[in-house]
Order: sequence, then C-alpha cells, then structure tokens
Amino acid sequence: MTESDTDDNFRAFRVRPYLLTGGRTRAAVDLPLEALVRTTESGHASLANQSRERHQIVSLCASPQSVAEISAHLSIHLQVARVLVGDLVQEGLVATHVASTEKTTERPDLRLLEQVLDGLQSL
Amino acid sequence: MNASATPIPVKIVVAGGFAVGKSTFVSSISDIDPLTTEAAMTKASEEVDHLGDATGKTSTTVAMDFGRVALSQELVLYLFGTPGQDRFHFMWDELVRGAIGAVVLVDTGRLEACFPAVDYMERAGVPFVVAVNAFDGVLRHHPEDVREALDVPAHVPVLVTDARHRAAVRDTLVGLVRHAMTMATADA
Repeated sequence: MTESDTDDNFRAFRVRPYLLTGGRTRAAVDLPLEALVRTTESGHASLANQSRERHQIVSLCASPQSVAEISAHLSIHLQVARVLVGDLVQEGLVATHVASTEKTTERPDLRLLEQVLDGLQSL
Repeated sequence: MNASATPIPVKIVVAGGFAVGKSTFVSSISDIDPLTTEAAMTKASEEVDHLGDATGKTSTTVAMDFGRVALSQELVLYLFGTPGQDRFHFMWDELVRGAIGAVVLVDTGRLEACFPAVDYMERAGVPFVVAVNAFDGVLRHHPEDVREALDVPAHVPVLVTDARHRAAVRDTLVGLVRHAMTMATADA
C-alpha cells in the first residue's frame, strides 16, 4: 500500500458531520446514491427561509441532481446529505423519483436496459 | 412540478484494484468533471439513530469518485468508481444496489489486484464484464489468457478497453449493458 493510496481514501473530518442533522444519521426516506432530487414549486417559494445547507440543496436541485452530487457539491457526507434531503422530501420542498425500497434493490428491467443501450450507442 | 421532467437515473459501478484506471475510465466519458462523495467509514453509525455528542469516535471517510452521462432527455447514467482497498468493501453493497452492473477493470501487469472485485460481483450476482485496460495502447495478455488466469466463468464477457478513450469506454459500457440484458432475459 502506497502513501497516495491512503491519501486518496482517507480524509479527516473537518466538522462533526452530523451537527447539521441534529445528530440524526438515518434519512426519513430511502435514497440511493443516484436518486435524482428536484426542487418543487413550494421548494422554490421557501428559499428565503432556509438555513444554509437546506438553501443550497433547494437551489442546486432546480435542475435535477443525484444525492451523490448534492453531497459532493455541498462538501457534506453522503449520509448527511441523505438526512437533509429526506427532510426536504417529507416537507414537499424537493421531490425524488426513486423512493421505494423494493424498487431500488432490483436491477433495471429489460425495457430500461434497452433505453440505456440506445442512449450509449447514440453517444 | 411535472414529474416526467425529471430523468430516470441508472448506475454502473467501475471496480478493480487500486490505480488500475477507474478514475480515468469515468472521466473519459463523463459530461461533468468527476465529483467525489465521501461517506463515513464506521458501520456503527448506521445502527444508531442518534449519536451522542460524546461518542469519542474519530471516524475516517471513504471517498468515491463518480461521473454523470446524459443518455437522453429521460435518462441519466451515473458511473461510480469503487474505493480501491479491500477494507472499503462494505461500501460496495451500497454501490451495487440497483446498479445495471459493473465493469471490472484489469491491468494485466497486476492481475491479482482485481481478484476481490471479480469475487465480489460473482458472489453478489451482479452482472459484470472484465475489461482489460490496454495501457499505452499495449495489450500484454490475450483476453482469453486473462479469463483463464482470473477463472472467470464462460458467460462473463472479457473485453479489451482503453480507459483514456471515450469511444473505447462507451463500447465497454455497451458490452456490459448487453450482458446485463442477456442475464435479465435468462432470469425472466
């Protein structure tokens, strides 16, 4: 194992990560890494009253972003992003396509795979 | 809000040993500069809903690089690189959940580096292809030799790729999707 190997994968916490979530580590809804989050009309209307991170998420998701992207853009941990997004989903300020546990554990069906194949081939 | 305006996300995992070219592979085809998401490494954090402020744990994080490719107006593909080291395998369950499948990148100079990825995907029943990364445009081993060395089952495609080239990366992803379709048909 090389030095850069370690640097790549380990980073020290800069802030206590769960401070932003009031200590909660579990999201209100099941959100896969790739779940796309989009700001709703109520979300847009609520912008003025949001705390910094919530404001950032609601602004960012004016165009759909995955949970992983939200985590990356806000420099917050994935689990923290999930909790914050989960709250916003429950409050109706953002919406997400993929919200059911059963659905997200399954592999994409044949019809979806065909669409992916078409998309890749047209790149 | 019009729900149909939000695209459907799909995901492919890019696995393999450390420094085999996963980040290069992702960045060659991504529409955006690859991003990094970090996750806490402690499994314990998932087992408690509330962490006291005095847990005293100095956690470390695992970083995952990923890219995004718009396939159509309705479809977005995310490519997630696996963390290279064995001790991060707990993240792989999360990564492969709902994924189309995985590309296991292989550097023929260090075949053994991809053993854990091949083992994992086989055991987890994740559709995968083995993609031999021809560094410097040089293929040091024939794909069938790689298949034999890795003991990859006959139905798993072993492809040649070049992580630096968009077209080669796209063809590798096409190979994986075709394989996933074959497996989906066989399961049905």
